Amino acid sequence: MAHAVPGAHGHDHAHQFESAAQQQEAAALGMWAFLVTEVMMFGGLFLAYAVYRSVYPEAYAAASHHLNVTIGAVNTAVLIGSSLTMAMAVRSAQLGRRQAIILFLILTMVLGGVFLGVKVYEYWDKYDHHLIPGLNFHMDGPYAREAEIYYALYFCMTGLHASHMIIGMGIMVWLLVKARAGWFTASYYTPVEMFGLYWHFVDIVWIFLFPLLYLIGRHH
Amino acid sequence: MATTGEHPTPELWESSLAEGRRHYLNADYGIRSWLLTVDHKRIGLLYLGAVTLFFAVGGAFAAMVRLELMTPAGDLVQADTYNKLFTMHGIVMIFFFMIPAIPAVLGNFMLPIMIGARDLAFPRLNLLSWYVFMFGATFGVWAIASGGVDTGWTFYTPFSTMASNTHVVATTFGAFVVGFSSILTGLNFIVTVHKMRAPGLTWFRLPLFIWALYATSVIIMLATPVLAITLLLLLVERALGFGIFDPSLGGDPILYQHLFWFYSHPAVYIMILPAMGVISELVTAFSRNQIFGYRFIAFSSLGIAIIGFLVWGHHMFVSSQSVYAGLVFSFLSFLVAIPSAIKVFNWTATLYGGSIAFQTPLFYALGFIGLFTIGGLTGLFLAAIGLDVHVHDTYFIVAHFHYIMVGGTIMGFLGGIHYWWPKISGRLYPEGLAKTAAVVVFIGFNLTFFPQFILGYLGMPRRYYMYPPEFQVLNVMSTAGASILGVGYLMPVLYLVWSMRYGARAPANPWGATGLEWQTESPPPTENFMETPIVTGPAYDYPVVGEERKVA
Repeated sequence: MAHAVPGAHGHDHAHQFESAAQQQEAAALGMWAFLVTEVMMFGGLFLAYAVYRSVYPEAYAAASHHLNVTIGAVNTAVLIGSSLTMAMAVRSAQLGRRQAIILFLILTMVLGGVFLGVKVYEYWDKYDHHLIPGLNFHMDGPYAREAEIYYALYFCMTGLHASHMIIGMGIMVWLLVKARAGWFTASYYTPVEMFGLYWHFVDIVWIFLFPLLYLIGRHH
Repeated sequence: MATTGEHPTPELWESSLAEGRRHYLNADYGIRSWLLTVDHKRIGLLYLGAVTLFFAVGGAFAAMVRLELMTPAGDLVQADTYNKLFTMHGIVMIFFFMIPAIPAVLGNFMLPIMIGARDLAFPRLNLLSWYVFMFGATFGVWAIASGGVDTGWTFYTPFSTMASNTHVVATTFGAFVVGFSSILTGLNFIVTVHKMRAPGLTWFRLPLFIWALYATSVIIMLATPVLAITLLLLLVERALGFGIFDPSLGGDPILYQHLFWFYSHPAVYIMILPAMGVISELVTAFSRNQIFGYRFIAFSSLGIAIIGFLVWGHHMFVSSQSVYAGLVFSFLSFLVAIPSAIKVFNWTATLYGGSIAFQTPLFYALGFIGLFTIGGLTGLFLAAIGLDVHVHDTYFIVAHFHYIMVGGTIMGFLGGIHYWWPKISGRLYPEGLAKTAAVVVFIGFNLTFFPQFILGYLGMPRRYYMYPPEFQVLNVMSTAGASILGVGYLMPVLYLVWSMRYGARAPANPWGATGLEWQTESPPPTENFMETPIVTGPAYDYPVVGEERKVA
C-alpha cells in the first residue's frame, strides 16, 4: 500500500508517514481490521448454517454422509501444511533470505494448488452424484428438500473459501515477482508478513468448515 | 487548536490571498491528474461530483413519486412503474448517495487535515474505493436505464429471488460492490486516526467530527460485510436456484430479514453519525464557545455505534419474529435515545451563553437539531411495539426516517459543505443567497414531510400509487413542499459552482474557528501543512467569555 517503493529503492517510507515504523504499524492494523471484516462476512454464512442445522438436524446428518471424510481430512492436512510453509516464508523474509522466501512461497502455492485441485475433484464428484442444488439435485430419502439447503450452504461456504484461496494464489504470484526483484529485506518485509496473516486466516476458516460440513454424522 | 484568536495570523492571511500560490487544485492539471490522483482532497472532490450526480438521480425519482401522489388516482404512472420509482429512489439515495455522502466527501477531505496528517494512511486504497464505488454504481445505473427494479430498497425475499421479473441481479450486485468501497474508506479512516495523528493530538483532543467518523468507520467495518454476504446469498438463490431464503425450497425469508437489518439498521447510523459530527463542529464554531460535555459527545458516538447493532429487530415487529424477541428489541431501541439526547442537550448547552454568529452553516446546524429531535422522538413512538403495529408500513414511518435522513443527514451534509467550502475551494460563497437557500430548504422540508406524519397516523399506507380522496389535501401539501425543497437544493449547486470562479478569495480562517484545518491555507497545499503541526491544547479552545454560564 506504500506509495514509493520502500526498501531497496532508497525511500524508507511513503510520503504520508513519518517513519518506516509508523508505516509498518499502519499496515498491520489495516490488515487486522480487514480480517475483522472477513470474519463478519463469513459470519453471515455460519449464521445461516447454524439456523438451518438447528431446524433440520437429521437432514444435515444425512446430507453430510455424501461427503468423503478421508479426502476432506487429507485436504485439511495439506492446507495446514501450506500455513507452515507460509510461516517459513515470513521467517525467511525477516532474515532477509531471498532464495528461501521464493522457495517457501512456491511450496505454499503448490500446497494451495493441491487443495484447490482436490476441491475441484470433490465438486465434480457432487455433480456426478446429482448433488448440485438448483441444477441436478436428487437425493433419496425423507430429507431431500432440506438436504438441498445443506448443499446450497456447502457450495456457498466452500466456494467463498476457495475464492479467497484463488485470490491468495494471485497475490503470491505478485509476491514472487517482487521477491525475485529483491524488494524484501530484513528491514522491509511488510507485504510478506501481511499476506501471511491473510493466508492463515483463510486456513482457519477451513478448520471450522471441515468439522461443520464433513464430520456431522461421524458419531452415528 | 494551538492558536485561538478570532482572526488568523496576518502572514497566513497574506499568503492565502497571494496569487500564484501552489495548492492542491493547481498542483497539476488535466483529467489524468484527477482520475489518477492519490491526494485525499482530490478524491474527496471526485466523490462530491459522484454523490451530487446520484442525489440528482434519486431526487428525480422522488419528484415522480410526489407528482403521482398529487391526485388520488393513478394518473401519471401505473402500479408497476410506481413500484420501480420508489424502489429506485430508495436504492439510489441510500446506497449511492447517503452512505458515502459525508464520510467519503467531507471525511475524505477533512479527516487528514483535522488530525494534522499529510494524507490518509493508504492513499491508493482511497482512490481504489472511488473506482469500486463508480463500478458498483454503474450497475445500478444500468439497471435503472434498462427498465428498473421493483423490490423496494430492502430486496425482501422471496419476492426478490422468485417473483420479481425486474433487474434484481444487476441492482443487488451494484449495492454489493458499493459496500466494498465503504469498507475500504472505513478501514482507511480507522488506521489513519489510530496511527497518523499529529504530535500532541491525543484522543481527547480530537475534533468531535473525527470521533464521529471513527465510530462510523467501526460500524461500516462490522456491518457492511454482513450486507455483502446477504446480497451474495440472494444473488445465488436468484441466479443459480440455490434454496436459502425461499420457503418453497425449505428456506426461511425471516433469516433474510434478520441478516438484512443487521446491516441496514446500523447503516442508519452510518448515515446520521457523521452528520452529528459535523453539527458538533458547526455549533462550537458559530457560538464561539467551548463545546459543552466534550467527552459525553465523543462517547455518545461510540454508544450509538454499539447500541445500534442490537436493535435491528424493531424493523421486524410484524414479521413472524418471536414476541419475546420483539420485547427485547423494543427495550433496546429506546436505549438509543439516551446517547442521541446527550448530543442534542450538549449542543444546546454549547449555544447557550455563546456569542452566536448567525451565518449559513449555523442555519443548517439549528435546522438539524430541530428536525433530528422530531425524527428521533417519533422513533420512540415506533420503538413501542403497541403503536408500531398500527403505524407500520404507513406514511408515519416514511415521515420518521425522512426527518432523520433528509432533515438530519442532508442538513448536516449541506452545513458541512458550507462550513468547509472556503477551505475546499479557496472561495467564499454569497452569504445572503446561502442563508436564503437554507431557509428555503427548511421550509420545503417541513412542508414535504410533516403532513406525512398525519397521513400515516390517519392510516395511509406507504408504497401505494393510489389513495382515498380524503388524503388529497395533505398529499398536495407534501408535493408542494417537495417542489420548494428541490429549489432549495438547486440553489447551493448553482452559487457554489458560481463561487469557484467569481467568489471572493477566502482567507485561511474565515470563521475565526479553532481546528487544525483552519491553520493551513485555503485551499490547502497538496501536503496539507508546510510543516507538521504540534498540538498543545484541547479542541475548541475558544476564549471563555461567559464563565457564569457554566454555573447556570
